[in-house]
Amino acid sequence: MNFEYAAAPESRSVVKIDPVYGHFINGKWVNGSAHFNSINPATEEVLSSIALGSTADVDAAVKAARNAFDKSWSKLSGRERGKYLFRIARIMQERAREFAVLETLDNGKPIRESRDVDVPLAAAHFFYHAGWADKLEYAGVETTTTPHGVVGQIIPWNFPLLMLAWKVAPALATGNTVVLKPAETTSLTALLFAQVCQQAGLPDGVVNIVTGDGSTGSAIVNHPGIDKIAFTGSTEVGKLIARAVASTNKSLTLELGGKGANIVFGDAAIDETVEGIVNGIFFNQGHVCCAGSRLILQESIADEVLEKLKRRMDKIRVGDPLDKNTDLGAINSAEQLAKIRELTAAGEAEGAGRWSTNCVMPDKGFWFAPTIFTGVTQAHRIAREEIFGPVLSVLTFRTPAEAIEKANNTPFGLSAGIWSEKGSNILWATQQLRAGVIWANTFNKFDPTSPFGGYKESGWGREGGRHGLSAYLKGSAK
Amino acid sequence: MSGRLEVMKTYKLYINGAFPRTESGRSYEITSNKGEFLANACLASRKDLRDAVVAARAAQPGWAKATAYNRGQILYRIAEMLEGRSDQFAQEISLQTGASAKESLQEVSDSVDLLVWYAGWSDKLPSLAGSTNPVSGPFYNFTVPEALGVVGAIAPIDKPLLGFVAAIAPILVSGNTAVALASSTAPLSAISFAEVVATSDLPNGVLNILSGQQNELAPWFASHMDIDGLDISGLPVDQHGAIKEAGVENLKRISAFTKSSEPGRILAFMEAKTVWHPIGN
Repeated sequence: MNFEYAAAPESRSVVKIDPVYGHFINGKWVNGSAHFNSINPATEEVLSSIALGSTADVDAAVKAARNAFDKSWSKLSGRERGKYLFRIARIMQERAREFAVLETLDNGKPIRESRDVDVPLAAAHFFYHAGWADKLEYAGVETTTTPHGVVGQIIPWNFPLLMLAWKVAPALATGNTVVLKPAETTSLTALLFAQVCQQAGLPDGVVNIVTGDGSTGSAIVNHPGIDKIAFTGSTEVGKLIARAVASTNKSLTLELGGKGANIVFGDAAIDETVEGIVNGIFFNQGHVCCAGSRLILQESIADEVLEKLKRRMDKIRVGDPLDKNTDLGAINSAEQLAKIRELTAAGEAEGAGRWSTNCVMPDKGFWFAPTIFTGVTQAHRIAREEIFGPVLSVLTFRTPAEAIEKANNTPFGLSAGIWSEKGSNILWATQQLRAGVIWANTFNKFDPTSPFGGYKESGWGREGGRHGLSAYLKGSAK
Repeated sequence: MSGRLEVMKTYKLYINGAFPRTESGRSYEITSNKGEFLANACLASRKDLRDAVVAARAAQPGWAKATAYNRGQILYRIAEMLEGRSDQFAQEISLQTGASAKESLQEVSDSVDLLVWYAGWSDKLPSLAGSTNPVSGPFYNFTVPEALGVVGAIAPIDKPLLGFVAAIAPILVSGNTAVALASSTAPLSAISFAEVVATSDLPNGVLNILSGQQNELAPWFASHMDIDGLDISGLPVDQHGAIKEAGVENLKRISAFTKSSEPGRILAFMEAKTVWHPIGN
């Protein structure tokens, strides 16, 4: 029997993309002095021309944010601040389809994910934090209720709108004003979010969006008028930022890279585990800092899991991100594709066994087939470095202690997975793993109420939940 | 004192539950505020620091695994041992700093009380700093604070006992192990404190104490890749930037504090771990 899917594309008529965008500063659109193209990574079609933020643009945005902080935002009661956030959450829900289609066009992720994960979670983050704005005095033992002031936020391209929500919602709820820079390849949903701020009647200058590249980010990090920096991205850039602000009074939170271990014990429910492994590494093309990119299998079930995993992987549908049946979309950029190719080539050169699915991929755009490497040792680059693509490295273990040792043998500490049917074993492993988020018999679940963030070189601080608020409130430590 | 010569104490380091001299063979003279000779303290080296970190790392999993009740009782035991030697510690503080007998005794009492205060946090802070999270879906989701690992501390120059206790108590109570640098000019209180610790059932390696120069050792604390956190309250503020920069290589958690008793001092050296599990049958 042949179960072919008919094409089921989502209509893109719901979005209107301007041919050129400026920055959103002090509630107005400001023309950029230079521009770069934003393309659809699934087709390489140019979507729009994006302003390249200069030092002067960043300076204007910081001044607007400072002015808004001094004159309007800090004068509002928490209750009134919260009501603006509730409005934003509602407008995002109302315009959800528009956001989802735009995100998929700009990022390359499947519409099923932008529609069911990114956009609803982004709205949920605003709704959740809206309710905190007038309850900060109950938020915890480690914080004051005093905001930092002007916050500079730099976000990545893998979940553009969702990362904006993770950053902007807690910042506003706690009474800060914002200068945000979206990633170079994915500015469009942030610019649409600026329209949401306008519709919500948010006071001018409370949210400022400056588009651009690393130089724009650097101008934000080094601007003396900014009180706090929040960054999500690579560990390499995170360290550059940490060094840049070390001798300043700026606060800093970082959400950086990972090399998540996904441990499968011999007593795991195999079919559910295989689904979880697929979700752990192929969700969002593997462009996930907390991806389960190291599969650590107990030897007794390794062959069975790998056989079922390969069979399941062959069913992954790679292709048009706007097609509602697509599981794996486009790699976000040519640059990222080159990085994935370089690391997978290193995996082969170092002796690991490569297996990829036989999917047919479009001629244009950036694509990479779901891939696993077996026979990976801890010394291999593909076991140590973040690939940030649909590539899984498989290691094996005999004893639980060996599994933990391998899982923790990384400078990262963002996420880990445990698959086992034995509760005491799960809780034991949970205690041993040095990671900020542990998924047991599930993977890649997110919620605004649930703190997210890493141990070790995966970052500083948490986002979400009560813990995430402290990043945006002054603490007693310096 | 006629007819009897006092037996003077040799002040050494405290590493892994033992009292070794510095491997460097170096010492430096500690004098009273009037310039009288008090002791030759060990001038600890980078190698001593590394040895201490090895001991602290080895001791950390066991100490974190001890129950909160047990850790609280051991910190309380340290307070008991210190209380019993109040006069000796007060005298030593006065000799080093020139503080009056009354002031020094107050510093010891404050140190004892601070230890008791932190001891009580061991089984309380996790309930206040943790949470169960009402996620939108069939999952049980909770967040627990967890010890960071090995934490360094640069104790302040003044208040040689109280400053030292304020640095190490919040680090230890959550299950971290510590490597602490005593006041550079008045290290004798911290080294004598090691004798208190050594009789308090604190497992070997949980607290390691060095005497030496801040300028020499602080940068090595900052750049050591197996130190997870660092309390720099004892360093002059103008040095904080350089130390923080040196700590970036392993994204060390570095903090400085102004208050001696606050739960934030404990939480600064803890991680939050969030756990998800499906609900269903």
